[in-house]
Amino acid sequence: MNVAHGLFALLALFVTPVALAQDATSDEIAKYRAELQKDNPAELWETRGEGIWQEKRGPRQVSLQRCDLGLGEGVVKGAYARLPRYFPDADRVQDLETRLLWCMVRLQGYTEAEARRQPFGDGNEHKSDLEALTAYVASQSRGSTMEVSLRHPKEVEAYRLGEALFFFRAGTHDFACATCHGEDGKRIRLQDLPNLTTAEGAAKAYTTWPAYRVSQGELRTFEWRLYDCFRQQRFPELVLGSDVAIALTMYLARNANGATFDAPGIKR
Amino acid sequence: MPRLGNCLCLALSALLAGGCTTATHEGDVAASTAAALNASFVPAGQAGLDRLQQDDTQRWCTAAHGRPLPQDVAAKIESANLATIRYPADGHLTGDWRKGERIAQEGRGKQFSDDPSGPAGANCYACHRLSATELSFGTLGPSLYQYGKLRGNSVGVQRYTFGKIYNSEAFAACSNMPRFGYKAILSEQQIKDVTALLLDPASPVNQ
Repeated sequence: MNVAHGLFALLALFVTPVALAQDATSDEIAKYRAELQKDNPAELWETRGEGIWQEKRGPRQVSLQRCDLGLGEGVVKGAYARLPRYFPDADRVQDLETRLLWCMVRLQGYTEAEARRQPFGDGNEHKSDLEALTAYVASQSRGSTMEVSLRHPKEVEAYRLGEALFFFRAGTHDFACATCHGEDGKRIRLQDLPNLTTAEGAAKAYTTWPAYRVSQGELRTFEWRLYDCFRQQRFPELVLGSDVAIALTMYLARNANGATFDAPGIKR
Repeated sequence: MPRLGNCLCLALSALLAGGCTTATHEGDVAASTAAALNASFVPAGQAGLDRLQQDDTQRWCTAAHGRPLPQDVAAKIESANLATIRYPADGHLTGDWRKGERIAQEGRGKQFSDDPSGPAGANCYACHRLSATELSFGTLGPSLYQYGKLRGNSVGVQRYTFGKIYNSEAFAACSNMPRFGYKAILSEQQIKDVTALLLDPASPVNQ
């Protein structure tokens, strides 16, 4: 019997059987995720997104390589790890999805409705260009340090709004983001819940989105994550690129500052 | 005079180089939050924009920001919510624990993606351990395993349990638990069934 086994046996004396069974299940889920990470289907979205990024598209037949994501026209490397940020041309704080929509309309000449036609894939043959573009741009920040600025007053304003929204309780169930994500070491059913009010929890969550969702067969963006959280909060439908979506993204991205970005990830 | 309040607040915070914590400032944050919410959501399915309107309890709990509540505020929230509880007119506080178990397992209800014609579940297992056999339970709330075995099945315990499910805020201000009766998530009969799940000696909760 080695030291690890001895320690385990000792611990087992103090741990109830149900906790052991649960930990075993959690460990199995962690192993399953690690296996999946080796061959993440998100790469399919990244590759398709890179193609869409480079292609001359829209009524004006312009490529998104003219789009400025904050580091200069066409600079993709490290851009996601510095978003959301204030953009003087839009006079607004934008996250990546909002900035991409902005470039599709202003540069490529799409109407707002055309650009927003399919924000999320349907789990079948109708894939979303926006999810693919987000996957590609995010992949170009893998290994970058999260560095979200609060220099501009509108960036500070977005962060403060995000913080206020995080604690905002409403709806039929009185839920806020903080209901599930305000304490350490909690679970919903068997799913671990990150405490997003701490730097550690925010980093763990934010740096692993966008992610391939195995249960949905789609790559999902951070805006989708917020959209689906609000659905479960029993709120109405969150609008893509809205002030609430950007403010909450700002709050979590900024709280993750200093962490190493590591997405697209993979989730159950 | 919100404008004057603003000027004063800005001037004071500039002088003191600290955060402005006057009631006016908190009012401004609430107003800008409400404006952003109304512009950022659209009605979908059964979820209208009215769901973004807070009642007093939600407003007070939001203002607490997860910090412990001042005692007077907690007392105010609990007494206001206690007054909302409607006990069954027929005097029967418990129902069928088998139906209660199904309600405790069911997570659907009130989401914009849910069919509004079907009954909502309570999803108790999302946050609580209840039976010894269901391992897929959450830990946001305390374990309720052997709830009835530990407390007995007196009318007093039945009354407290029915009331707690009906409106949790009556007994623990700013609890994370939804107010299932007050917010019409569950029917009176469903609350009786969940009460039975917790208290019936034959229920898996009490094995």
